[in-house]
Amino acid sequence: MFCSLDRSQEVGAYLYQVPYGVLKPIRLHYQKACIPAVKKTAPQNTWVQHLKRIQADEDQQAFAELFGHFAPRIKAFLMKSGASPSMAEECTQEVMATLWHKAHLFDPSRASVATWIFTIARNKKIDALRKQRRPEPEDLEWGPQAEPEASDVLVLQQESQQLTQAMTVLPSQQRDLITKAYFGDLSHSEIAAETGLPLGTIKSRLRLALAKLRQTMK
Amino acid sequence: MNDMTQIKHHLTDQLMMGYAAGALPEAFNLVVATHLSMCDSCRAAAQAYDAIGGAILETDTRVSVADDALAETLALIAQGPSVPKPLNNSDVSAPLAAYIGGSLRDVKWRSVGMGVRQAVLSTSKLATARLLYIPAGAAVPDHGHRGTELTLVLQGAFRDATARFAEGDVEVANEDLNHTPVAEIGEDCICLAATDAPLRFNSWIPRIAQPFLRI
Ligand SMILES: [Zn+2]
Repeated sequence: MFCSLDRSQEVGAYLYQVPYGVLKPIRLHYQKACIPAVKKTAPQNTWVQHLKRIQADEDQQAFAELFGHFAPRIKAFLMKSGASPSMAEECTQEVMATLWHKAHLFDPSRASVATWIFTIARNKKIDALRKQRRPEPEDLEWGPQAEPEASDVLVLQQESQQLTQAMTVLPSQQRDLITKAYFGDLSHSEIAAETGLPLGTIKSRLRLALAKLRQTMK
Repeated sequence: MNDMTQIKHHLTDQLMMGYAAGALPEAFNLVVATHLSMCDSCRAAAQAYDAIGGAILETDTRVSVADDALAETLALIAQGPSVPKPLNNSDVSAPLAAYIGGSLRDVKWRSVGMGVRQAVLSTSKLATARLLYIPAGAAVPDHGHRGTELTLVLQGAFRDATARFAEGDVEVANEDLNHTPVAEIGEDCICLAATDAPLRFNSWIPRIAQPFLRI
């Protein structure tokens, strides 16, 4: 887990504070996170099996374990986004119910369970807190005969864990800014896309997974 | 629709991160979601930004839920899903179809002069989304922007001083760009556009018309 940051590279990033009119770029000094060495073993509990058990067997025990791990995280996310504790509680339950009903749509070659739950919680936030509709791209599903290859699932889950580890070794100021962009209330013009996180490998992995999925859809 | 090799102009990282973070106004979300439906390379990038959200969810703080939260949730689940069926018999991708009530043929166009027509779509007030119909060879009046303007080509192609934009391409214009998009000869051009501030037209007629056009 130790990761030396002295080879870090400063990357200029601009954070726009004023939506339009006079823009005031603030220069931030971003460090590139280096990825901690990852042991070549299967990832620890990635929750993928839990979702499969919910989908295949309506397994309430698997759901209870997922709930125990994720519900408090979803509630914290919603409260940071401006929900009152009671609203956050209610929305958390709705997010977890959506997870149950949409378990068949989860594709472990394209998202970790945490990422997938984040997208459901984010959409709930937009719907319940911002009172906006959330247009989503067209769903892409594996047909009844097809499913992602186990090796693709393994690699994507590992890469998601590496990204999570990279988050934890970012300098705290930088990490706070990213957290504010996702969990706070920044407007889109205030968001700086330069995060210092290594997104290149996960992007190309996802691109590959989409290409394989498209193949089966033809 | 998914002929990505043809698409040359993509979304910016800032837009895709804003989309993942849920920070974009609804009108921008609509343009982004429609482009992602047509472009797998941007879809992959947007999902990489989703993964940052997942990483934060995993590592950030927790707040305890009520003692009966699990039981309440199981009761909610027992009521069944409330998932609306997406519209799928359309000539446009699902996110846009939901806003135009089906097909481009059903759009109620309004003339904005010089043969150009538009239809403002219903979104939250923070930004405006509209469809633009530009007859082959016609021009949208020269205009500048105070905020950001996204223009996604759904059919045909247009050119402006910067480049050529064809089906699936998206132009991201900021306030530095004054442009006069011209539809190519041969096919009428239909675009989905979103702006987060009123446009500034550089000739007097459109400036007078601006309050009426809501563009
Ligand atoms: Zn693209």
